[in-house]
Amino acid sequence: MRRTRLPDGSLDTTDRAILNALQVGFPLTPRPFADAGEGLGVAEGDLIVRLTRLREIGAITRFGPFYDAEAMGGAFCLCAMDVPQARFEEVVTLVNALPEVAHNYERAHRLNMWFVLACEKPEGIGKAAARIERETGLKVLRFPKLHEFFIGFRVAA
Amino acid sequence: MSIDATDRKIIAATAGGLPMAAAPYAEVGGWLGLDEAEVIARMAAMQEAGIIRRVALAPNHYALGMVANGMSVWDVADDQALALGAKVGALDFVSHCYLRPRALPDWPYNLFAMLHGADRAEVEAKRAEVAALLGQACRGHDILYSTRILKKTGLRLTGEG
Repeated sequence: MRRTRLPDGSLDTTDRAILNALQVGFPLTPRPFADAGEGLGVAEGDLIVRLTRLREIGAITRFGPFYDAEAMGGAFCLCAMDVPQARFEEVVTLVNALPEVAHNYERAHRLNMWFVLACEKPEGIGKAAARIERETGLKVLRFPKLHEFFIGFRVAA
Repeated sequence: MSIDATDRKIIAATAGGLPMAAAPYAEVGGWLGLDEAEVIARMAAMQEAGIIRRVALAPNHYALGMVANGMSVWDVADDQALALGAKVGALDFVSHCYLRPRALPDWPYNLFAMLHGADRAEVEAKRAEVAALLGQACRGHDILYSTRILKKTGLRLTGEG
């Protein structure tokens, strides 16, 4: 995924209108590009061409259904560790070696390693955390999700 | 709602995105041997049940200039956490918002909100905005900036029921 700003002039007014409108929703209809394009004044074929280009230049990271991972089955848990600086790289290697570790970030804090465990079954979380504790000799703090709030995140394009 | 094997096939086929074709649901159906109407009906049912949160595009916020972010964490009074968390999640610069257990004495925070902005200063300004919104119900807060991605893998999902 692109992690830097696009060069100036990469997007025209229509591209920006598309990005702003379709992050809210896209129709579940037989001709969704035609239906979505109607409100934007963009023809079906033009909308497809523009979205394809927006994806190619990295202006879009995903296009389609966003699934709730837990609703599909599976268990997830945010975890954090306080890793001594001198052992950091060694611990990264041990933690990342577990396939259950989906992503892992170094953060500027006493708790300096934050990762997400993703397992098929809830009991997998405890097992993976215990294994990391055993292999590293460090405590794994677990922060399971108690409640997820509806998100109003919008990026102004 | 519980999803069945056919739903799982649709999930596996579309987890990476929809095809850029005039009739994308018919195309997905073509891959799976389902007709368009069934794909649409099943996806609509999953959306109704919250299994699909939305069908939409996700703008790359980095590409659009929101290149700074921080994980803000808040110690919010338990009896107000649900109501206040809903308000924080609804802010347009918050991309994830969760209640999680505290881990005392190491960690006093129960509300997590990922904040985004054009630069660190803007993220700090958003943090002040959230602090003002939480007011007296918040006993302390912090923000953790990422310094390095150590691992990032996509969600793995099998098509099996």
